[in-house]
Amino acid sequence: MTKKIRLVTALLATGLFAQAHAADKFIIVQSTTSTQNSGLFDHLLPAFKAETGIEVRVVAVGTGQALKNAQNCDGDVVLVHAKAAEEKFVADGYGVKRIDVMYNDFVVVGPGNDPAGVAGSKDVVKSFKAIADKEALFASRGDDSGTHKKEQQLWKAANVDVKAASGKWYRETGSGMGATLNTGVGMGAYVLADRASWIAFGNKGNFKIAVEGDPTLFNQYGVIAVNPAKCPNVKTDLGNTFVNWLVSPKGQATIAAYKKNGDSLFFPNAPK
Amino acid sequence: MLKMNSDLALLAPSKPFSEHLPIQFDGVHLSFGKHHIFSNLTLEIGAQGITAIMGPNGAGKSLILRLLAGLLMPEQGSVRFNTLSRVPRDQIGFVFQRPVLLRRSVQDNLLHALAIAGVERGQRPFRADALLELGGMQHLAKSPARKLSGGEQQRLTLLRALAAKPGLLILDEPSASLDPQATALIENIVLRASQCGVKVIVVTHDQGQAARLSDEVMFVHKGRVHAIQATHEFLKTPASREAKAYLAGELLI
Amino acid sequence: MQDFSLAFVQAFTLIGQADPTLIDIIALSLQVTFTAVSIACLLGFPIGAALAIGRFPGRMLLVVFLNSLMGLPPVVVGLVIYLFLSAAGPLGFLQLLYTPTAMVIAQVVLVTPIVAALARQVIEDLYGEYDEMLRAMNASRIQTICTLIVDARYSLLTSALAGLGRALAEVGAVIIVGGNIANVTRVMTTTIALETSKGELALALGLGIILIVLSILINAGLFLLKNSAQKRAYA
Repeated sequence: MTKKIRLVTALLATGLFAQAHAADKFIIVQSTTSTQNSGLFDHLLPAFKAETGIEVRVVAVGTGQALKNAQNCDGDVVLVHAKAAEEKFVADGYGVKRIDVMYNDFVVVGPGNDPAGVAGSKDVVKSFKAIADKEALFASRGDDSGTHKKEQQLWKAANVDVKAASGKWYRETGSGMGATLNTGVGMGAYVLADRASWIAFGNKGNFKIAVEGDPTLFNQYGVIAVNPAKCPNVKTDLGNTFVNWLVSPKGQATIAAYKKNGDSLFFPNAPK
Repeated sequence: MLKMNSDLALLAPSKPFSEHLPIQFDGVHLSFGKHHIFSNLTLEIGAQGITAIMGPNGAGKSLILRLLAGLLMPEQGSVRFNTLSRVPRDQIGFVFQRPVLLRRSVQDNLLHALAIAGVERGQRPFRADALLELGGMQHLAKSPARKLSGGEQQRLTLLRALAAKPGLLILDEPSASLDPQATALIENIVLRASQCGVKVIVVTHDQGQAARLSDEVMFVHKGRVHAIQATHEFLKTPASREAKAYLAGELLI
Repeated sequence: MQDFSLAFVQAFTLIGQADPTLIDIIALSLQVTFTAVSIACLLGFPIGAALAIGRFPGRMLLVVFLNSLMGLPPVVVGLVIYLFLSAAGPLGFLQLLYTPTAMVIAQVVLVTPIVAALARQVIEDLYGEYDEMLRAMNASRIQTICTLIVDARYSLLTSALAGLGRALAEVGAVIIVGGNIANVTRVMTTTIALETSKGELALALGLGIILIVLSILINAGLFLLKNSAQKRAYA
């Protein structure tokens, strides 16, 4: 009986080992959950593979974790949307160069009955002030992500001290976009989300977009190749192929072509 | 004659146990907590053949067996086997009062004992079969050992004890709870083992069994050896007062 | 509430369609889990047995420590193994991060204490019964351990099933060391987590139902196996 078990284990283990190392041409891209959840990769990566034969393995985590993983050399390319953090990443020598890829925007979503009376507004800072004044529930990601950093900027511009209100009307979930949206919808709280995540989100309940169109809500995505000087084992050639493809006319067109329910989620803006 | 030869092949110890005789207890102390069982216990078992140990309950008979088998160590004093200052554990087979068998088939229990004894893998099935034949249990080979009757289980533990060809066979009231038929089967095997040169020490309450099996009787009472005599002598004219009372069926308080 | 009925519909649709992605995910879940549990048993049974029969100073401390390891938080284990397997870590050269092998390692770390602690208890009980008999047979330590493991096989199977349950249901460790990469390291539990974060609650629930049914089927199968074997040998 033990012999049989040992044999089966050995077979399983070798099977697993073989499976993982089967695709020789692959790179690991550290990206964010919101980008993943929008469905962009499911649309983009097969096109890339068809053209180059390179498999892209996406590890989707929070922005902070993505950058940290890349610092640890656990990725070949980084694709996030937190410009300041990305520039620091390159400045510290972990990335080769930061290139604009695409943008979308943030929106404020809220319950159908709009307790703060901000629906339809095009001024996000004013809306935030209104939410704070009325002490309407607001669910924040609270996880130092790009979205969260943007949110912090807006509160600052509105002169609201959210730290003091934490736990009262300001709820910090400390989690990703999807989880925060779930929580927000569950408790009827406003949430600042990137448009792509919201459009792709499946649990909207009675929520609608309350505030949009404010230029301050611009959300820029950047791509960075991990620096081989700091990470000798990084797949530089394959990684650069991906980066170059993303900013190439072909890649940019593929990004633009991604729609959900007829809406575009990302707008390519790589430098020509 | 043929039977004797096959018995010898199966049961005769590789080295005669006589070279480990006499067995001597010298100044043995044993206690459990505050309870002193043995203080300065001294005894000697010198003869080949079958030695019976008799005495009232609580006298320490089972403990003597365990000291003999090396299952207990004396706190003071020594248990010597002639020139050996330690118990030759690998040459001893033990049959407990209540059978403890593995949760496997009868045959597997014997195969297990043979494996532990270091018998070569190819030899084991043959030895197991021969032992089963000795015990008249071939038809039970594949039965779960624990589903056997009390008598069959005890017989199996006796066969198991003999599997390693021990020089010394120790039995602790082996047929205490068995019917006469089962008892007879056990005694038959013990006698055959003795005839093949195995030294036997058996604790028994049954005077009849002592008479049927043993050459000498050692009478133990309250942690001391009161007498050691040839069996027929002991049963007719026991050397100690307590032994006489015991044999007469009195309770020794 | 409508999510629940929707979930059942989703579950049956997925099964009925025999969606190939789902089949791959289920296959990977089973591969990772069974491999991990098998290794955990190979390690855990002897460790539990050795601890059961051992008599040395500090033994009780070790037993308590092993029992507490049953409660290792999966996400912490995942994090620690990530740090070891990361390119920046001591074992980075093995390039095991973001592979199913890493997931197996994480689950082995989580499941072995469970199997070992339960095995220890089971074998300790049996040892009480067999101790004197084995000593009378002059069995060595290793022989004693082997005897006990074989004789306790049915109770040990239950320990293995406890480990299996833990592994099948676990998400915190495998998501960190595996990366939840599509077609590579995505298993049932990480898929459920992903779909939940996308707000696809009915789908996530549906997958959850499939996972539970899977677990029931595995347990039922092993139960029947055990019963038929038990009739033959046990008492």
